[in-house]
Amino acid sequence: MTQKLIIIGAGMATGRALEALLDTASDAYEVTLFNAEPRGNYNRIMLSPVLAGDKTYAEIETHTLAWYEENGVTCRFGERIASIDRESKTVTAQNGDVLPYDKLMFGTGSTPFMIPLPGHDLEGVIAYRDLEDTERMMGLGPGDKCVVIGGGLLGLEAAAGMAARGVDVTVVHIMGHLMERQLDEAAGYLLRKALVDKGIKIRCSTNSKEILGAEGRVRALLLDDGTELPCDLLVMAVGIRPNVALAAEAGLAVGRGIHVDDRMVTSDADILAVGECVEHDGAIFGLVAPLYDQAKVAAKTLLGEDAVFVQKELSTKLKVTGCDLFSAGDFTDGEGREDIVFRDPARGIYRRLVVENNIVIGAVMYGDTADSNWFFGLIRDRTDIAGMRDTLIFGPAYQGGAPLDPLAAVAALSRDAEICGCNGICKGRIEDAIAAGAGDLAAIKATTKASASCGTCTGLVEQVLAATLGEDFVLPAAAPICGCSDMTHEDVRRMIKSQRLTSMPAVWQECGWKTSCGCHVCRPALNYYLLADWPLEYQDDPQSRFINERKHANIQKDGTFSVVPRMWGGITTPHELRAIADAADKFAVPTVKVTGGQRIDLLGVRGEDLPAIWADLNAAGMVSGYAYSKGLRTVKTCVGTDHCRFGTQDSTGLGIKLEKTLHGAWTPHKLKLGVSGCPRNCAEATCKDIGVICVDSGYQISIGGAAGMDVKETEHLTQVATEEEAIAVIKAVTQLYRENARYLDRIYKWMSKVGLDWITERVETEQAALIERFELSQSIYRHDPWAAHVAQKYDSYQPLANLVLEAAE
Amino acid sequence: MSNWMDIAALNDVPRRGARVVRTAQGCVAVFRTAEDDVYALDNSCPHKGGPLSEGIVHGASVTCPLHNWVFSLDTGEAQGADSGRVRTYPARVENGRILLDKVVIAARTPA
Repeated sequence: MTQKLIIIGAGMATGRALEALLDTASDAYEVTLFNAEPRGNYNRIMLSPVLAGDKTYAEIETHTLAWYEENGVTCRFGERIASIDRESKTVTAQNGDVLPYDKLMFGTGSTPFMIPLPGHDLEGVIAYRDLEDTERMMGLGPGDKCVVIGGGLLGLEAAAGMAARGVDVTVVHIMGHLMERQLDEAAGYLLRKALVDKGIKIRCSTNSKEILGAEGRVRALLLDDGTELPCDLLVMAVGIRPNVALAAEAGLAVGRGIHVDDRMVTSDADILAVGECVEHDGAIFGLVAPLYDQAKVAAKTLLGEDAVFVQKELSTKLKVTGCDLFSAGDFTDGEGREDIVFRDPARGIYRRLVVENNIVIGAVMYGDTADSNWFFGLIRDRTDIAGMRDTLIFGPAYQGGAPLDPLAAVAALSRDAEICGCNGICKGRIEDAIAAGAGDLAAIKATTKASASCGTCTGLVEQVLAATLGEDFVLPAAAPICGCSDMTHEDVRRMIKSQRLTSMPAVWQECGWKTSCGCHVCRPALNYYLLADWPLEYQDDPQSRFINERKHANIQKDGTFSVVPRMWGGITTPHELRAIADAADKFAVPTVKVTGGQRIDLLGVRGEDLPAIWADLNAAGMVSGYAYSKGLRTVKTCVGTDHCRFGTQDSTGLGIKLEKTLHGAWTPHKLKLGVSGCPRNCAEATCKDIGVICVDSGYQISIGGAAGMDVKETEHLTQVATEEEAIAVIKAVTQLYRENARYLDRIYKWMSKVGLDWITERVETEQAALIERFELSQSIYRHDPWAAHVAQKYDSYQPLANLVLEAAE
Repeated sequence: MSNWMDIAALNDVPRRGARVVRTAQGCVAVFRTAEDDVYALDNSCPHKGGPLSEGIVHGASVTCPLHNWVFSLDTGEAQGADSGRVRTYPARVENGRILLDKVVIAARTPA
């Protein structure tokens, strides 16, 4: 006897279930199909190619009206179900029709999640879910602006589709990198680069505040930081939620989705559910493969056959032309897991496998996904990879293949990539010189001047030689920055400048890092190089800093900290001293010491008291002394003409001015200055990184002193007549040091590599430009971190939780 | 009955960072990796007692701020040439919240 089957929702899952049912037993059921959308089933995942203009709707329609008619399916499209009566086994349609059923199947799919921002109900704010949404986007063209909220799979496909139509598209994403659920940072960086090349603007780590309208229509998106992004259309693609309202009203068991068992049966034996609306074993589903599996199982269940739905490993690909990416399985760190990372900067390739107990459990690939099926097979089949571990990352064709090429990053550089910054020599010039017969470093220096000045690009020049000449050139061994990379500090710094690398993932990829996110050696160095070279573009990363710079205090051997307020030029007041004494009492500071740099050090402050003691010192007008920093520490002064009978200039005044202009500046290593009012040199200026000796005729400036592991006397840089000129020279030399020295080289070490003559010449000829870049950086970094942390990060200094009482229970 | 105890929101701990949970027997450091995995270890380096929560987190490892010993967050084992082990505790993330096993935490002995 024919039974009645009512299906709610004509989507991809119910469509496939219907096909399977009709194929096996075309007369078992009399089928009625309801669909809220005024059409039958189409391939929803192909909407992106429709949007991009690669396909038409007709091409993605999977079931035509004729098909439904031929197969005897009664279609009620554009109609919703108003209610379900499980007792009498009937459904009531929107128009009041009551229809009996023997079996009912839910395929209600999911609803796009709309962030309840003010203005989300304005005209022109849409989701990306169905053909109507797609058609709205297709209505835009050149001259129109669109903002997409959400940098996941769907949001990026929407953005790319509209960009292909000439629309000015901006993607706003709350997380730090795109598609964070499928990709790690490195692959996210490559994806971002590819999308930016397509003209799409990307803003990560960005919070939306409000959707602004005019006359009921969307006008712009307002961000947290006050920026307005004008738009004609705003697409929210931030996720989906299973559509469970009708099922819940009918009294079925629902959680995040409609609960189903392995046979796709809900808590009611006569009601099944398939697709994005279901929850099976705690999981919900957004990708098509498991939905098809569910559909087949549901069809068999309807026919009384045994079938069981099993969740399988899933993989993701993005349907954007030119962005080849693949992700599958679990690629988070940990639990005895190891990473195998391969980067080929030349071809923009990134591959990462996560291996646990000799089984690949996750993979992320970007740039070349040709082998993705092979890797996916390894994950799915839980293949033991012990025997091919060393060459696994190269894919099936390279089993037993070639080792990683340490020259890949340099080989990848274009001919116009600048290698030698001093003399403006590009890679192409060096290659030409090699072609003309220059076979070693000396010949390159002689013919092109590359690496003939400061010499920090020597490593790169040698790598160009090696990459061009192959075995004919033996690369001298140079110590790489750390085990994560084959490149030296100097190589990496040149790459950051010449290739405009402005983020850490960019450096890791383009310089072929061998780890997923660096280590404690390279990360602080990269953080410094990036913030020094790109003060506006790069955002300082506290998590890549040593604890002293992260917490703006010096860690002591017992885990407490020392606090040193700034005393400009070593000058203080009774008011400040009282405040320091009060703070020392209040926070039970065990040791108060006068430092060699003319400051007062409060030693033994507990980490969680730091913001409170800073707030007290701030209130008395004092700011962080940066005694913990690879940056400007102190300007030590003598009393100069104010009191001293020998003083020739106002050394204290100059010291205060220098400290006020330089404070907050990060440098490769600590930077200490001294200003003495006469050659008797009471401020010991000639063993500082930069020293000033005042004389009757002006100011003698010398650099490269040290009084630590090495003791060095400064060397004379120049003499100037006025205080203004002295400050200008010191700012310029500081900036030159910031831009060129290797991380953790004091000025004397840097000077021994590049030579005083080179420094002198640059400070003379490029002074204005150096000062301009210094001031640009200081516009970001010349501030008091104590006040900022008291205001914004107070909680982060406190314990996450206090379980002392908990344990006593 | 579940022994998992809600400690804090995942976002209260910075990525590639750590915070401490104070207990009667000293602090437990709760680490969060770049990929949002969470680990709990004693906040004390076996070398000289350095506070591991103040170290630089890289991959699933942390470097002690005092003398640069590196520990696996997963096993607590010192890496490279150093030898020693930090106690680890079960930790997990559910619905954006960090959970620790309160029985295991309560059973700690002073570090």
